Amino acid sequence: MQATTLVYDGSFDGFLSSIFEIYEQRITNPIIIKKSEFQNQLFGEQLNIISNSNHAKRVWDGIKKLLKPNGSKLLYYAFLSEIYGLENTLFKVIKYAFETQKNVISDFGNSHVLSLSKTAKKVSREKHRMEAFVRFQQTKDGIYFANILPDFNVLPLINSHFTKRYADQKWIIYDLKRKYGLFYNLVKTEVITLDLNNNILNEDIFTSEEHHYETLWKDYFKSTNIEERVNNALHVKHVPKRYWKYLSEKHP
Amino acid sequence: MSFDRIREKLNILADAAKYDVSCASSGSNRKNTNKGIGNATGMGICHTYTQDGRCVSLLKILLTNHCIFDCAYCVTRKSNDIKRAAFKVQEVVDLTINFYRRNYIEGLFLSSGIFKNADYTMERLVAVAKKLRLEENFNGYIHLKSIPGASDELMKEAGLYADRLSVNIEIPTKAGLKELAPDKNHEDFIKPMTKVKNEIMQYNSEKKIIKSTPKYAPAGQSTQMIIGASGENDMQIMYTSNYLYNRFDLKRVYYSGYIPVSYDKRLPVIGTEVPVLRENRLYQTDWLLRFYGFDIRELLNPEHPNLDLDIDPKLTWALRNLNQFPINVNTADKMLLARVPGLGMVSVNKIINARRFRKLNWEHLKTIGVKLNRAKYFITCNSKHFEHKDYAASQLKQIIVNSSNSKHKTAFTGQLALFT
Ligand code: SF4
Repeated sequence: MQATTLVYDGSFDGFLSSIFEIYEQRITNPIIIKKSEFQNQLFGEQLNIISNSNHAKRVWDGIKKLLKPNGSKLLYYAFLSEIYGLENTLFKVIKYAFETQKNVISDFGNSHVLSLSKTAKKVSREKHRMEAFVRFQQTKDGIYFANILPDFNVLPLINSHFTKRYADQKWIIYDLKRKYGLFYNLVKTEVITLDLNNNILNEDIFTSEEHHYETLWKDYFKSTNIEERVNNALHVKHVPKRYWKYLSEKHP
Repeated sequence: MSFDRIREKLNILADAAKYDVSCASSGSNRKNTNKGIGNATGMGICHTYTQDGRCVSLLKILLTNHCIFDCAYCVTRKSNDIKRAAFKVQEVVDLTINFYRRNYIEGLFLSSGIFKNADYTMERLVAVAKKLRLEENFNGYIHLKSIPGASDELMKEAGLYADRLSVNIEIPTKAGLKELAPDKNHEDFIKPMTKVKNEIMQYNSEKKIIKSTPKYAPAGQSTQMIIGASGENDMQIMYTSNYLYNRFDLKRVYYSGYIPVSYDKRLPVIGTEVPVLRENRLYQTDWLLRFYGFDIRELLNPEHPNLDLDIDPKLTWALRNLNQFPINVNTADKMLLARVPGLGMVSVNKIINARRFRKLNWEHLKTIGVKLNRAKYFITCNSKHFEHKDYAASQLKQIIVNSSNSKHKTAFTGQLALFT
């Protein structure tokens, strides 16, 4: 059977719009792919999807009705993993749900559901890690600034946590890998992109107090250790080495 | 404030506070109100981990390590020759706020040596919490230590600002307490705990009628016992624990393997190994009581006064009760499944979910991620092949111990991984 490749803009709305087109046009053998990952193919048909929030909403409402808030949340989490080709797994789950008209989200006997669920779990773990490991530094103009390099696109997921928590300070969390960030300006949180040349990470944009608090925190971390109980295997299990870059207390 | 002075105080007073193992910052329900700073809703967050794998979520310090008492097991005891220091109330407030703003911590855990007397000390702890709440509009987590012997009025006030209150029993038996902490008496612990329990009950009943009743210690109270300092067996420890859970409605009891801090002849000598494995077995037992529907007498009784260190308490119980197995995973109810060795609550829920779609066989169990290496001897499923042969208990124990890899045996995971 001829495959039809649907090329979308990488946004969640774009993905849902692709699903809409699949049903609208009765496409039988679709492949969904992000524009940024698409290389022209010699065979098969190609369809460029334009994000349409109306279409997206209709699909999303349909999904939510079947998978319930909990299941649709998992689907969104899995989407944010940005794993190559995962769109097609998600589509198969959606198709399975539409066909059976059931909430299939915990039917782990189905390999697509299982793979969605595993991916969502990984994303969720990354979300929690970022909520835990983000470290703000206060800049001279009074903004608490943190940059992150998460494995998955978790900024949309951690937004509400930080907005609720730090309501009386300005802050920025910037994803260096995906080149965008969240900025809370004491009223609301907005998506921003910064022209980050190297000097944003230059030490002298931060207050002099900043260094003091980092030192106190490092000291504190050292004091909490109980020599007699050291268990490094367990330690690394909780904080895998790739996360140490966030944690000032782990720097010499 | 002088940075160097604060730094020195922090080093002394954090070091002295680390022996309190409680790190929980969960279970409260304090929302951020009036655009203040912080919230303490839902799950706690570990912002980092110590080298021994313990969660760091709170700034855990003593207000002072001056103490008029001389409890043998405690580094802060009067007769110990160590550097002493004391924070001012405002200094603790500033540290907490500044750590919190940088996302280092979920909140404050403030304890103290007893200086002058119980009330004088408690008053200062309460002052810190009050300042944080009322002046800084801080909604993060606050855990205050209830000082043994503190007055009812102060305990009442403490609960208005703190999320959690705790008194550490430390020694599981009255006799042990008399021997090691002669300045303290049993009543001094019971009094603040009773007060807090009653206040929580009263809050809960008033809350039903008047929505705006001010919160009282929403994350409840907890306590800690030191393990291996005074010769108790596991049965004594866990019966005390069980009693405390029931009598005072505690949220948690913590077990802390004794770390030798003195050459006192009444105690294990310095260099004695910390009983980390035993501590882990006690936590596992504690979880079986609270979440797995076990009665303490099933796990520990005069015939079996100590936990088996080789295998976990659920497996120990199962081997003593082989007649109750095998259990059919496709039909057994939830609490029965929870009794299968090797099945944690996560696996139990996976099974319950998955079996709504089809009858499960070994392959299904594996795909949904249920670990079978121990469970397979205790269950049947939709398959002709069963692992359950008529092994004698001792045989089965050998097979399981031999097959669990050495990583499992040595990297025990403190209070964190208890899902067996
Ligand atoms: S009263 Fe508390 S701080 Fe003082 S010696 Fe006893 S246990 Fe230690």
